[in-house]
Amino acid sequence: MRRRWLLTTATILGFIFLYAPIISLVIFSFNESRLVTVWGGFSTKWYGELFQNSQIIDAARLSLVIAALSASLALVLGTLAAVALTRFRRFRGRTLLTGMVTAPLVMPDVIIGLSMLLLFVAMQSMFGWPGGRGVLTIVLSHATLCMAFVTVVVQSRLADLDVALEEAAQDLGATPVRVFFDITLPIISPALVSGWLLAFTLSLDDLVIASFVSGPGSSTLPMVIFSKIRLGVSPDINALATIIIGVVALGVVIATLQMWRRPKT
Amino acid sequence: MSQAEATQTIKTRPWSLIARALGHVGVSGRTLVIAAPTLWLLIFFLIPFAVVAKIALSEITLASPPYLPILEWTADGRMIVTLNFGNFQFLLDDPLYISAYLSSIKIAAFSTLIALLIAYPMAYFIARSGERYRNILLMLVILPFWSSFLLRVYAWIGFLKSNGVINNFLMSTGIISDPLPMLQTDFAVYVGIVYTYLPFMILPLYTNLVKLDEALLEAAADLGARPMTTFFTVTLPLSLPGIIAGSMLVFIPAIGEFVIPALLGGPDTLMIGRVLWDEFFSNRDWPVASAVAIAMLIAVVLPIMFMRNVEANIAGDR
Repeated sequence: MRRRWLLTTATILGFIFLYAPIISLVIFSFNESRLVTVWGGFSTKWYGELFQNSQIIDAARLSLVIAALSASLALVLGTLAAVALTRFRRFRGRTLLTGMVTAPLVMPDVIIGLSMLLLFVAMQSMFGWPGGRGVLTIVLSHATLCMAFVTVVVQSRLADLDVALEEAAQDLGATPVRVFFDITLPIISPALVSGWLLAFTLSLDDLVIASFVSGPGSSTLPMVIFSKIRLGVSPDINALATIIIGVVALGVVIATLQMWRRPKT
Repeated sequence: MSQAEATQTIKTRPWSLIARALGHVGVSGRTLVIAAPTLWLLIFFLIPFAVVAKIALSEITLASPPYLPILEWTADGRMIVTLNFGNFQFLLDDPLYISAYLSSIKIAAFSTLIALLIAYPMAYFIARSGERYRNILLMLVILPFWSSFLLRVYAWIGFLKSNGVINNFLMSTGIISDPLPMLQTDFAVYVGIVYTYLPFMILPLYTNLVKLDEALLEAAADLGARPMTTFFTVTLPLSLPGIIAGSMLVFIPAIGEFVIPALLGGPDTLMIGRVLWDEFFSNRDWPVASAVAIAMLIAVVLPIMFMRNVEANIAGDR
């Protein structure tokens, strides 16, 4: 009985540790005072200030575009890699592909960022492409990082999939391409959705790689936030954090409700 | 299938048209499926390391790009190769780099241990609670992960600084009279790393513990083992794969961490990711930054990848 009590306390303390900083951000985003930790009355003025800040709005828009493009590119590439690794037993370069697909998962961001930048600089001096750095180079780098995560997610779903379904379709005369689009794809679509969302979040959240491969005039939201935090206290960041947390919480709640509803119908 | 039906099928499925067109050129779908991701990763993942290695062996210069070429063709057709190992020599000679490596490993290892101590009871509790609550609790663990990493680190600045939430609370209750210096210390870096990577520790532990057969625990109890004995002789050894997986997920990203030491750590908090960043952005020394990356790859990343490989082989043998 005593052990149970200890376990419960440890868990509650753990959740307090996880949520106290987030909750305090939300509370202080409604603080009238400029001092982040002194309560000066309820106010929504930081939200107003946030929406006036064109630097943040532009960076947010740029980040969303980059995240959507990188996630889509990563989804296609990652799904192809997952299909190749789960469905084709033997092919030349299998070990190479396996290694290259898992390596980005353990590679520190700083190394990926630096190597990407040096590649782009070398490519530019050799072929004149990509000219300069910006959205294109960030998307290429993010897609490369994210495809590793997409591959892992899709691969585990493909491994669980009953191969008999695909074989049956093939026996009935469907081409491999048709089998993939008519049978495999609909079945693995939940994994594709979660893979895309994971890639989207990773890209949206990345500061380090984007800082290396971006050029002047293409600052993503994390880059703007990082420089604002370094300069000192800026209460409108609390408002931004609250909006992001709100959107994410809403999304997760909707996804969970959907998941609970599905088995019943 | 009649001609009309066949045309219909092709019309509604543009991909079969693409597949046919490629088939005419002699490229099979199989080759394409393998080649596309392989080529992409070769160009954008593997080759970049060759470029980094090349630049690590070149000399710094005041130009754009700020390094000298390794290969040079002279007017009379001779090729001159200049390899500069000075950058690596520099890393070995300056104690800053060695201590940055050691301190990164130390900080990452201790953070992993602390995260494990906090995560284990939470994962155990969630795994043992009713199915209804389990999903809600899991969702609560994952939720912070989906929100911005940078903003979660930022939240700790408000907690740890001298007029922050923790110091304000301690001073108003009279426990301390002067604010404790917490921000810009190694302590803050530990808190930041443990905090941001805690979900990565809880999830693999949970997946492992939820599979634990309750009958084993009952059997141990029936044989007269006390709860603590059962835990250390049954539960803990069985959850070892979860512990290893979770520790990897915390330790690996913590090693190369840049954001947390930059925002929460002090000027003397040394971490190798931060050293690389400063070498690149502040000193603009691309060759030395590249040498740091190569050294980090050899000293940290390759051993980890090798360990993972061995582990996967052991798991495969079972």
